[in-house]
Amino acid sequence: MTEIAAIRGLCGGALIGLAAAVVLVVHGRIAGVSGIFGRALDGGEGQPFRQGFVAGMVITGAIAAAVAPSAFGGGVRGLPGLALAGLLVGIGTTLGNGCTSGHGVCGISRLSPRSIAAVATFMLTAALTVAIAGAHR
Amino acid sequence: MKPFVAAALAGAVFAIGLVVSGMTVPAKVIGFLDVGGAWDPTLALVMLGAIAVYAPIARIVQRRERPVLSERFHWPTQRGIDARLLAGAAIFGVGWGLSGYCPGPALTSIGSGATSALVFVAAMIAGIAITRAVDRSDGR
Repeated sequence: MTEIAAIRGLCGGALIGLAAAVVLVVHGRIAGVSGIFGRALDGGEGQPFRQGFVAGMVITGAIAAAVAPSAFGGGVRGLPGLALAGLLVGIGTTLGNGCTSGHGVCGISRLSPRSIAAVATFMLTAALTVAIAGAHR
Repeated sequence: MKPFVAAALAGAVFAIGLVVSGMTVPAKVIGFLDVGGAWDPTLALVMLGAIAVYAPIARIVQRRERPVLSERFHWPTQRGIDARLLAGAAIFGVGWGLSGYCPGPALTSIGSGATSALVFVAAMIAGIAITRAVDRSDGR
């Protein structure tokens, strides 16, 4: 990691924390991307919030890709491997009610025992998976 | 209209944070998880930066009566650490370690049109749908 990468990591993280704080202050909700995305097509009062948040992320990704294409890396595995990974992430985040943002950023910030247990578990299995399946960098 | 626009702005800032910090490069995320290899600690700094901003604000907000654009706070209601939580987190970790994508960076990356992200998100939607269908048949 270079010094620039470290500064970018901290600043990018601060922006993520700011966005999550806005979600709490304005919408009264936890900024967990898996939960927001998973329920974006349900009915109910939270829909404008969920659909707006997802739309904002995807559109910003499109703009960022046009401005700085190198900010996006390619897949580290073939498409079958990525499909398997996506399936596991969909199943796992639905069962476990959260991912890196909801449990990681918001849950740890609130010192939620559930989130701390979830983060410890997924960090462990993710590191084990890389150790076994290879880093493929 | 107001909640949609406010949420879209928050989603945009969130996505900019992911792009700036390098989290939309799956190989960089894998580098963080590759503890026994050439470890890249960037993701830890991203978490640190995010928590440093979010935690104090969340603490203050907890004392407020209601959020700006909603009737009430929607705090998580589940409390216990159960097998479902741990199994779900474990399965999520395997998928994350295989691909270097978690939901936020994957959604931001579909905006770039990358086939890898599109395939990942399509499969993720299938995983969410399957799990919820099983839950419904179990009456959850």
